Amino acid sequence: MTTSGFLAALAAATLLTPAAWAHGAGDGAGHADHGPATQDAALSLPDPDAAWQAGDLTVTAPYSRATLPNAPVAGGFLTITNDGEEDDRLVAASSDMAGRMEIHEMVMNGDIMTMGPLDDGLPIPAGATVSLEPGGYHLMLMQLAGPLVEGDTVEVTLTFETAGDLTVPLSIQAFNARAAGDAAHGTDPHAGH
Amino acid sequence: MTHQSLRLIRVLSWAAVVVAGAALLWATVLQPAPTDHQIAMQELGKGDYALVTADGQPFTQADLEGQPTAVFFGFTHCPDICPTTLGEVTAWQEDLAQDGQELRTLFITVDPERDTREILGEYVSWAPGVTGITGDPAEVDKAVAAFRAFAQKVPLEGGDYTVNHSTQVLLFDDRGDFFGLVSYQEPHERAMGTIRRLMAS
Repeated sequence: MTTSGFLAALAAATLLTPAAWAHGAGDGAGHADHGPATQDAALSLPDPDAAWQAGDLTVTAPYSRATLPNAPVAGGFLTITNDGEEDDRLVAASSDMAGRMEIHEMVMNGDIMTMGPLDDGLPIPAGATVSLEPGGYHLMLMQLAGPLVEGDTVEVTLTFETAGDLTVPLSIQAFNARAAGDAAHGTDPHAGH
Repeated sequence: MTHQSLRLIRVLSWAAVVVAGAALLWATVLQPAPTDHQIAMQELGKGDYALVTADGQPFTQADLEGQPTAVFFGFTHCPDICPTTLGEVTAWQEDLAQDGQELRTLFITVDPERDTREILGEYVSWAPGVTGITGDPAEVDKAVAAFRAFAQKVPLEGGDYTVNHSTQVLLFDDRGDFFGLVSYQEPHERAMGTIRRLMAS
């Protein structure tokens, strides 16, 4: 068997074996490097230092991405820090731009993307910082009233169990925008700048 | 028989045992069940699906032939993976364009009920070399099976739904045979290495 034939067979084996799916095919899956190598556009937030507060919670870097033609949904991303001593929970979100919004979790199961709503909301534990970011938790904006256009802003009202309502502006970024540098460090909007 | 030739026979016998042992090890351990997987690999993309491209052309297994092709599955109600993958495909095409090349790329919807030809065509229209493909749900199911992909509807509130799906980009050579794959968010240079080998094959 030639080397390329063997590699192709190996690739097919990883594609077809459930166990391999669970562990990801090759070192591409589960790779934490979302840096410039993937050629994603870097975030360019109007004010990277801007923060919005409700009670003990602080929201930073709220953004969404320009929608592709006819795409009726979009993901909303932001970072929530709980500086209090009491756990809180993001239970709902709404926007005039979206007929409906849900709080979703996306999980890569090997090479299969699974996505679904968090029925009990997203816990924001005391002292913790929780990021909603591409490839993980996101606000799911559904039934969009129109396309999201890069450079625009969409207001979204977040509802927390304890801290109450907080309205933040999602800055609409390039369709393939991603926190610069490693998304795992995406809590720092300056990362990689 | 001389002492020397006896020794030679003994050495040759041991050599034969080592070779046989190595062959057995190769066959049982090192080589991951070659026959099944080789067959499975050859069958990737093969099936009697009858789909239609966004501009109304029929698309069947035979249409995989003729030029290198990338195939992936997605849908327009997809907030993250599909736009990201289309962005990566665009980056590949920009690199290939420097050599005057373009990789035919097929975006097969896993949501044919909502992704009509018109909707899908516009969705992928901006990405160079990308063709949207849809069809009757039963035919799309056949294609998902033929490409060993995965697609599963998940109901949301209010009668809405989303679709969980596999995220790899499958590569086929100009004979329509499986060549390799690119995983979701595989580093650009690594993906380009695989794609350039495909284009040169």
